[in-house]
Amino acid sequence: MSRNGPLALAYHALFVVFMLTPILVVCWVAFTPEGFLSFPVRHWSLRWFYAIGRYPEFVSAFWRSLGLGALSSALAVAVSVPAALAIARHQFAGREAMTTLFMSPLMIPHVVLGIAFLRFFTEIGLGGTFAGLVLSHIVIVLPFALRLTLASAVGLDSRIEHAAVSLGASEATVLKRITLPLVLPGLVSGWALAFINSFDEVTMTVFIAAPGTETLPVRMFLYIQDNIDPLVTSVSACVIAITVAALIALDRAYGLERLLVGKGSHGR
Amino acid sequence: MAFLALDNLSKRFGTQTAVDGLSLGVEKGEFISLLGPSGCGKTTTLQMIAGFVEPSSGAIRLEGEDLLAVKPAKRGLGIVFQSYALFPHMTATENVAFGLEMQGIAAAERARRVADALELVGLGAFAARYPRQLSGGQQQRVALARALVIRPRILLLDEPLSNLDAKLREEMQIELRQIQRTVGTTTILVTHDQAEAMALSDRVVVMNKGRAEQIATPLEAYEHPATAFVASFLGKTNLVNGVAVRPERIAFAAAGLVGTVRTRIFQGNHWLYQVDTASGLVTVIRQNTGDAMPEEGAAVHLVWEARA
Amino acid sequence: MKSTPYLLALPALLLFAAIVIVPLGMTVVLTFHDWGQYKGIEPVFILKNWREVFSDSYYAEMFERTFRIALLVTLFSAVFGAPEAYILSRMRSPWRGIFLLVILGPLLISVVARTLGWALLFGGSEGLVNKALMELGLIDTPLPFMFTETGMVVALVHVLMPYMVLSVWAALQRLDPQVENAAIALGAGPFTVMRRIVLPQAMPGILSGAVIVFALAASAFATPAIIGGRRLKVASTLAYDEFLNTLNWPLGAVVAVLLLVALVIIVVGANRLVERRYGQVFR
Repeated sequence: MSRNGPLALAYHALFVVFMLTPILVVCWVAFTPEGFLSFPVRHWSLRWFYAIGRYPEFVSAFWRSLGLGALSSALAVAVSVPAALAIARHQFAGREAMTTLFMSPLMIPHVVLGIAFLRFFTEIGLGGTFAGLVLSHIVIVLPFALRLTLASAVGLDSRIEHAAVSLGASEATVLKRITLPLVLPGLVSGWALAFINSFDEVTMTVFIAAPGTETLPVRMFLYIQDNIDPLVTSVSACVIAITVAALIALDRAYGLERLLVGKGSHGR
Repeated sequence: MAFLALDNLSKRFGTQTAVDGLSLGVEKGEFISLLGPSGCGKTTTLQMIAGFVEPSSGAIRLEGEDLLAVKPAKRGLGIVFQSYALFPHMTATENVAFGLEMQGIAAAERARRVADALELVGLGAFAARYPRQLSGGQQQRVALARALVIRPRILLLDEPLSNLDAKLREEMQIELRQIQRTVGTTTILVTHDQAEAMALSDRVVVMNKGRAEQIATPLEAYEHPATAFVASFLGKTNLVNGVAVRPERIAFAAAGLVGTVRTRIFQGNHWLYQVDTASGLVTVIRQNTGDAMPEEGAAVHLVWEARA
Repeated sequence: MKSTPYLLALPALLLFAAIVIVPLGMTVVLTFHDWGQYKGIEPVFILKNWREVFSDSYYAEMFERTFRIALLVTLFSAVFGAPEAYILSRMRSPWRGIFLLVILGPLLISVVARTLGWALLFGGSEGLVNKALMELGLIDTPLPFMFTETGMVVALVHVLMPYMVLSVWAALQRLDPQVENAAIALGAGPFTVMRRIVLPQAMPGILSGAVIVFALAASAFATPAIIGGRRLKVASTLAYDEFLNTLNWPLGAVVAVLLLVALVIIVVGANRLVERRYGQVFR
C-alpha cells in the first residue's frame, strides 16, 4: 500500500483549511460582544447566545425543521419502499420512465420547484401551511430515500426469501422476519439522507413558507437579508454543535468509518 | 553464481516477521515455485523481488547486480498479478503495448511485438477488446502477454491461476508450462496449490512461517520430505510409528499390520480408505483396476510397498 | 401478476402526478399570462413575457453570468477536488475516515451558515482573505469579493466541493491498487502512472461529479443571494425577486422555465456524452 508524499500532504492540509475555515469563522464570530458582524473578533462574550432566547421564532423554526425533516423523510421512505420493490423486482413497460420521474427532483432547480409549489399551493388553498411544506419536502427528498431503498432492494437475494418459504414461513412471516430486517439498514440510511436534505433545504422552502411556518434555514436566510447583527452566527454555532454531537453519537453507536468507507475496505 | 540470488532475505512488519532469513539461488531459465499456506511469506518475497516491499535485511542480486538499488520501474521484471491488474480503460492491445511504450520502442516494432505476444497466448482475435469484455481466462492471458512482451529478465507469477475454475486452471497450467518452455524466461511462481507447483516447477521452495522448509525438485520433496510440514503440505501422508508413509505406498495383503476398514470412498480412478490399526488411523489409496475391494467393516492386513 | 408493479408504485406515482407534474404544468401556463402593477395576474395567453426576456439584453447577460459562474465552479472543483479524492483514497485507516468526514461534513451544515462564513472572511478590504493574500504577496491591492462573481465562485466551490470529492472518491474505490503496481513494474514513472493510469480511471467519477456540481451551481440560490446582494443577479435570485418583491409572477416563471430547460438539455447531453465515451469500458 502506497502512502502520500509530503507534497500531497501539504496539499491535503491546505484543502482541509479551505473546507473548515468558513465554518470555524462563523463559530468564532458567534462569541463576539459587538453589535454588528465583524471579523476578526478581539473580545468574547455569550451575548448572542443569550439573545437567541429573545427571538422565539428561531427556536420554533428549529423545532419545525426537525419535525418537518422527520415526517417528510418517513413518508418519503414509506412511499419509496413499494416503488423500489416494483423497480427492483419487476420488468414492466415504463419502468425506466418511472425511475426518471422519481429521480427528477434532483435535476429540477429548487427555485423552479419553489415557484411551481408557490403557485400550486396558493391555488388549492395550502399556501403557507405546514401540510404544504410536508408535501413539497416529501417530493424533494424522495430521490434520496428511493436511491438507498432501491439499492437494498436490488441487493436482496430473492433466493433467501424462497429458502424461508421452503422452510414453511408464510408470506407475512417472510416479510417480517426476512425481508424487512434485510432492507432495514437501507431504509434507515435512506431516511437519514432524506432528513439531512430536508433539514438544510432553503431555496424551495423560502418560496412557500409563511411567517408562521418558516424553517430554520429560511429564518436564518431572511434574517441576514435585513439585519447585520451576529444573531445568525450564534444560531449557526448551536446547530453545528448539535450536528457534531449527533455525528459523535452515531460514531459511538455504529462506527462512522464503517458507514463511510464501507465494510470491505480493510482487505486487499 | 546463480542468475537470481536471494541472500538471507528478511522482512519484518512491526513485531511480525513475514520472511525470515530466506536464501535461494535461481538458475537462468528455471521455473521455480514458492509454495506454502497463506501467511507463509511467499507473496512478501515476490513483492520484495518486484520492489513493492523493501526488505528489512538481506540482499537480492540479479546477474550479480544489486537489485535493491534499482527502482521498481527500472527492474525490467514481468509480473502477473493475482487480480491480473489489467488497465480497465485500455484494450488488450493497449495493455500489452504499455510496457513497450515505456521503453520507448518505436511504433512499428511495438505493433509487431504486441501482435506476436497476443498470438503466443492465443488471443490474436481479441486484441481490440476491453478487459471487461473478456472472460477470466482471457484476461489472465492478456496479463501474461503484457508481462512477457517486454522480454523480462524474470517472470513473476503471483497466484495467477487462483481466480480460474478447476478445469480452466488445469488447461492454463499446461499452457503456461509450454509458453515458459518456448520463451525460456526464468520464472518464479507464488502459489498455495501444491498440485500446481508440482505440475509446473523445476524446483519448489516449500515455505512455512517465513522460512524455507525445503528447496528441491517436486519429486524429491514429495518422496523425501525434509520435515513433517513438507510431508503433510505436499499431499496426504500417514505417520506410522514416526515414519512418514504416502497412502498410495500402502497395499492390502494376506499378512501385515492388522486393521479394520472404517470408511471407503470411491473416487473414480482410485479408492480412498481409512483403516483403524494398532498404530492409529491409516489412509490408504489404491488404484481402481475394476477388481473387488475390501468393504467397510472388513478385517484387512496392510503392507508398505517398497519402491518398484 | 402484470399489474403488481404499477400497484406497488401507485402511491409514488399519484404523489408525483399531483405535486410535481401539475404544478410544473401550471408554471409553464403561468409564463403566458399577463401581469400589471395594479391588475395583478390576468389568465390570458400572450407571448409578452417571453418576448421581454428574449429581447432585453439584461436577461441575456444574467443567464450568461449564471452559466459562466457554474462553469468556473465546476472547473475549480474538478481541478482541486479530484487530487484531494485521490490523496484521501491513499490514506490509511483511521485517517481516511476522519478526513472524509471533515470534507463531507459541511454538507450537514446549512448552506446559509457556510456562505455567511465566506461573507465574514471576504468582509470588504479589511477581510481576512485579502489580508492573507496580501501577506503571501499574491496581490498588492485588496480584491473585491463581496458583490462580485469572484466571491460567488469561491463560496460556491466551497459549498459544492463535497459532491465532487464524493463522486471521484467513489470512482477511485473501484480501482484495483495492483493496477498502479502493474504500471510501475512495466517501467512507468509516477507522472506517467498518474496521467495514463489513475486519471483515465477517475475520469467517469470526475465527469459525473462535474454534471452534479454544474447543475447545482447554475441553480444555486442562497449563496449568490448572500454574496451577490441585490446588485449581482443570477437566474435563481432574479426569479425570487420577481416572485416575492416585484410580484411579476409570469416574468419570474419565464426565467425559471428557461433555467430548467437549459439545465435539462446540458445535463442530459453531458450524460449521453459520458455514456458514449465510457459505456463500453466501464460497467
